[in-house]
Amino acid sequence: MKENKGFFGKPGVQTIMASLICIVIGLFFGFLVLLLIHPQGAWDSIVTIILNFITRSSGPAKIKALGNTLVKTSPLLMCALSVCFCYKVGLFNIGAAGQYEAGAGIALFAALGWGLPWWVCLILAGLAGALLGCISGALKAYRNVNEVISGIMLNWITLYLVNMILTKVKDPASPYTLPLAATNPKAVIPGAGLPAFFANNRYVTLAIPLAVIIAIAIWVVLNKTVFGYELRATGFNKEAARYAGMAEKKNIIVTLAIGGALAGVGAAFLFLTGYQQWTTTQTSVPGMGFNGIAATFLGGLNPIGTIFSSFFIQQITDGGALIDKAVYPSQISDLISALIVYLCGFTMFFRLIIANKLARKGGSK
Amino acid sequence: MQEPYSAQEPYAIEMLHITKRFPGIIANDDVTIQLRKGEIHALLGENGAGKSTLMSVLFGLYQAEEGEIRKDGKTVHINNPNDANELGIGMVHQHFKLVQCFSVLDNIILGAETVKNGFLQKDEARKKVLALSEKYGLQIDPDAKISDITVGMQQRTEILKMLYRDNEILIFDEPTAVLTPQEIEELMQIMKNLIAEGKSILFISHKLNEIMEVADRVSVLRKGKYIGTVNVADVDEAELSRMMVGRDVQLKVDKDEAKPGEVILDVQGLTLASKEHKKNAVNNVSFNVRAGEIVCIAGIDGNGQTELVYGLTGLENPTSGSVKVCGRDITHASIRKRADLVAHIPEDRHKHGLVLDYPLEYNMILQRYYEPQFTSKFGFLKRKEIREYSDRLIEEYDVRSGQGSITTTRAMSGGNQQKAIIAREIDRGLKFLIAVQPTRGLDVGAIENIHAQLVAERDKGCAILLVSLELSEVMNVSDRILVMYEGEIVGELDPKKTTTEELGLYMAGAKRDPQFQKGRG
Ligand SMILES: Nc1ncnc2c1ncn2[C@@H]1O[C@H](COP(=O)(O)OP(=O)(O)O)[C@@H](O)[C@H]1O
Ligand SMILES: [Mg+2]
Repeated sequence: MKENKGFFGKPGVQTIMASLICIVIGLFFGFLVLLLIHPQGAWDSIVTIILNFITRSSGPAKIKALGNTLVKTSPLLMCALSVCFCYKVGLFNIGAAGQYEAGAGIALFAALGWGLPWWVCLILAGLAGALLGCISGALKAYRNVNEVISGIMLNWITLYLVNMILTKVKDPASPYTLPLAATNPKAVIPGAGLPAFFANNRYVTLAIPLAVIIAIAIWVVLNKTVFGYELRATGFNKEAARYAGMAEKKNIIVTLAIGGALAGVGAAFLFLTGYQQWTTTQTSVPGMGFNGIAATFLGGLNPIGTIFSSFFIQQITDGGALIDKAVYPSQISDLISALIVYLCGFTMFFRLIIANKLARKGGSK
Repeated sequence: MQEPYSAQEPYAIEMLHITKRFPGIIANDDVTIQLRKGEIHALLGENGAGKSTLMSVLFGLYQAEEGEIRKDGKTVHINNPNDANELGIGMVHQHFKLVQCFSVLDNIILGAETVKNGFLQKDEARKKVLALSEKYGLQIDPDAKISDITVGMQQRTEILKMLYRDNEILIFDEPTAVLTPQEIEELMQIMKNLIAEGKSILFISHKLNEIMEVADRVSVLRKGKYIGTVNVADVDEAELSRMMVGRDVQLKVDKDEAKPGEVILDVQGLTLASKEHKKNAVNNVSFNVRAGEIVCIAGIDGNGQTELVYGLTGLENPTSGSVKVCGRDITHASIRKRADLVAHIPEDRHKHGLVLDYPLEYNMILQRYYEPQFTSKFGFLKRKEIREYSDRLIEEYDVRSGQGSITTTRAMSGGNQQKAIIAREIDRGLKFLIAVQPTRGLDVGAIENIHAQLVAERDKGCAILLVSLELSEVMNVSDRILVMYEGEIVGELDPKKTTTEELGLYMAGAKRDPQFQKGRG
């Protein structure tokens, strides 16, 4: 009776503990790197990374910076949900990055090229992501092509396609797409009064609460609906799902399509705030999709957990950008956050260790 | 066989007053067993009695809360399988633990590799393995991949794994559950060879005839409690089953004459291609099953029974022929389209029958979760109804588990997992039921119960197709026997008129009913 009981025996608590361990170890390694480069500033820097917006000078500045972090958290959360949702069905959606690109490309083109309102752009972005997901899904279902392989290839194909398409709506003098608010104000996601709470940060929009609502909706779909019942059964045991007459091929395609839609809408959640413009000369797949993978694991593969993990990862990524660039090379912020993000992937591993340790302790009494 | 055991010589292994608890259940409650040197000591008990748990404690997979373990009279602490290995204790698990894509040899040496200068010394290992296989009569092909070999050879690989590590105390957890009658014979002989070479064996089984044949002594567990230890020579099967179940058990199936009605299943010229070889796995098979009869497909494992069932249930597509159930042609219908016609107790409960990571209640509705009684109009699961339904099945079919409906199915004992599947399939109330080895790995109490249920379904007018490798089951339960050999039906027998010997001849391909011409089923 001693094991698997009590506070620390609960799977949820174990997951949270494992996540915290990952964070601590990740921060520790980050700290080590800082120490190696320049010992004097290391402690201050690591504190900066963790505190991020709190390090700002005044109250309003803090709140405003928090707003910016939240603006970027919502697309990250959507990517994490995309990965998480597919993972529950036994699919590893590394293609979330490409689906995110597709969403960004279509959303921006619809907004800047066709002058469509924000909600139409949002839907189109979701459809574009879903289409990419469908391609990976169909390849997997009918040709048994691993979704990781097709996902990675599509990430690159999509990147250059989007670069190509968006050159049509780019600023003539720079590689960036046209500024959104100035070109088509209708395409900016409404703030609905939210900016007032964030020291008039106009990038804070409905996208943020929407992402949280979607996270909860995904949890409900997975755990409370027949659809989720089928999907999780397929993820746990494909053969049993087939035995029970579930349409396995259809479920694979639908799952990746939904995953794709989530990532696509995620991109729209960022680019339709006007916070960022697309760089049409970029030659690397945006990190959002990959960070989504880390957030998924750090969140314990739970849609609700990913809300918090996404915020944390965005927090340290932004915090990393605040490190003193005079002392540390400018890549340091990426390196540190990458280290921590990398460690986040080990959450499940630590969870296993914790569970085993507890079982042992309980048993040997 | 029974020599007086000298009091001076310490026991090879003693497990004294072992108590091991799981959430909601005491798997071992003050259990004591003592293994003498050089004996085969059987551990007998129903499914869920705690046999595997007790052995897992000995093998270091679990830690007991109370009790002590002694080896050669000295107290030892076994914290993990490595400790067990150090002490010369080896175990063949109920579900093998082999790496599918490795060769037999690689699996045997895995974890105990001889390394020189960082390189594997495979030649030495191979010599040792071949010598061992020779010595104990364990035929294997060291270079075959695990995924390509029979279950019997996989088991021999597991045994060689123990011998390769020079283990002296060998634990066999229900080794015969997955074997064909021939393979069981071989295993019995191997166990005798091992004893002759001075090993001691703990043999877990709930098959009384096997225990009677090889064991010297037997300890009985019932619902986690220790019932007693007896000399096999002093008891008979009835006595043992009474100790195990706690009541008298009907070893013979009690049933009336079948009253077959209209044809329910009608199979004509069914052919399925094989995934393993060029020939057809099922070749031009025709037969029917009527309402109110149990037709048994007998045969040695691997003669096309599995594929035949796949063809009937829609798991695989036939290349030709037709399948009709209740007059409806379902030859190429999807599995879901057959859902109102075919109930299916699958051969492999872990592969097909259950989602092990789901709670029991979710598995209870696996075949009908989409029905309006479990699904609301908006696609939500009706949790209350599902719980009630599952609770009812658990109650009615006596499915035992630690926490009832919410138990993770993986944590249940194999027998109770099987009972859950049977409950689910029978409760669908369909006119046609396919039961593939429904009692595989179960104890006599559970077998009695399942056979009675099959007969009851028959008497209600259900057409039952039973696929079995167990001769006693074939003879006892069925009303008609069809023997399959190399993908074809080679004979139809009446269980009341035939003998096991005759049945065996058909199964081995030595005899063929002229009525069933070669190649035309
Ligand atoms: N890891 C586990 N967690 C929870 N319960 C378990 C676990 N393993 C076994 N049990 C429970 O302990 C009891 C004994 O199981 P087991 O030792 O497998 O029985 P046997 O091998 O005699 O069939 C069963 O009721 C089973 O459900
Ligand atoms: Mg067992």
